[in-house]
Amino acid sequence: MERIPILKMGRFLLVTIQVDLYDRLALTLEEDLVQMVYDTGASGVLIDISALSIVDSFMGRIIGNIAGMSSIMDAETVVVGMQPAVAITLIELGLPLAGVHTALNVERGMALLESRMSARPDDTSDADDD
Amino acid sequence: MPMTIKENMAIQQERDLVYCRNRVKEIAAKIGMGIVNQTKLITATSEIARNMLRYAGGGNVKVEVITRGKLEGLQLVFEDSGPGIPDINKAMQDGFTTGNTLGLGLPGAKRLVNEFAIQSVVGKGTTVKILKWKNG
Ligand SMILES: Nc1ncnc2c1ncn2[C@@H]1O[C@H](COP(=O)(O)OP(=O)(O)OP(=O)(O)O)[C@@H](O)[C@H]1O
Ligand SMILES: [Mg+2]
Repeated sequence: MERIPILKMGRFLLVTIQVDLYDRLALTLEEDLVQMVYDTGASGVLIDISALSIVDSFMGRIIGNIAGMSSIMDAETVVVGMQPAVAITLIELGLPLAGVHTALNVERGMALLESRMSARPDDTSDADDD
Repeated sequence: MPMTIKENMAIQQERDLVYCRNRVKEIAAKIGMGIVNQTKLITATSEIARNMLRYAGGGNVKVEVITRGKLEGLQLVFEDSGPGIPDINKAMQDGFTTGNTLGLGLPGAKRLVNEFAIQSVVGKGTTVKILKWKNG
């Protein structure tokens, strides 16, 4: 069966979507990613959609599901590289990508995750919580 | 001289959706439609074609280059012989769904194009016609 590869990079998982997905493939990716967050205990998921020329309500829902389920397992999701035309279209379509962070590219997405990790109170020994 | 393009595509399975979107994008690019309008058009296309697949077991898409005076654009007609939609006003509202998803497809598609018309007869089928101007 066809599958989208998921890469483990330290504490994070990276998925690069290279082609416009048909529905079954997108659903398989959702299942694989959630399973892998669970198996690896990853604290962040990066989804690179720079090659996608379309995000419709179906794909949007998949991304939302991944973010939602990952957050239950204490991992944050960042969507990186969304083309400007896709972003404009998503807003007009009315799709709320709730709970999903966005970044311009993988590098910045990674930095965003790192900064959010270090901002977690239980991760910092010198946290000053009065 | 305006191009005369007329094409028919069957939507019978998920992969047909991907093909249809790509083909519409190609034709849109060919008439010089900008990338933002292309993206809006194929997103609307995806929503309506997916509805046909999901609620009507498939259907047909007719793509045509249209000129009206100085305007040039693409017209798409989606036709199925599915169960039809009992209450179109309801179906056109954000959040209305019988498929337990977001209920965004039809109202969202309408926002993304210049003209949108839907006709449905219960027991006979549904026809959705959309038009996107090249520079609209
Ligand atoms: N071709 C069709 N044949 C029969 N019923 C349809 C058709 N297209 C849409 N509908 C009905 O209209 C409702 C609204 O459609 P719409 O695309 O707006 O939302 P949805 O498909 O339910 O959710 P989403 O598109 O956000 O996944 C559907 O739930 C369905 O009941
Ligand atoms: Mg729909």
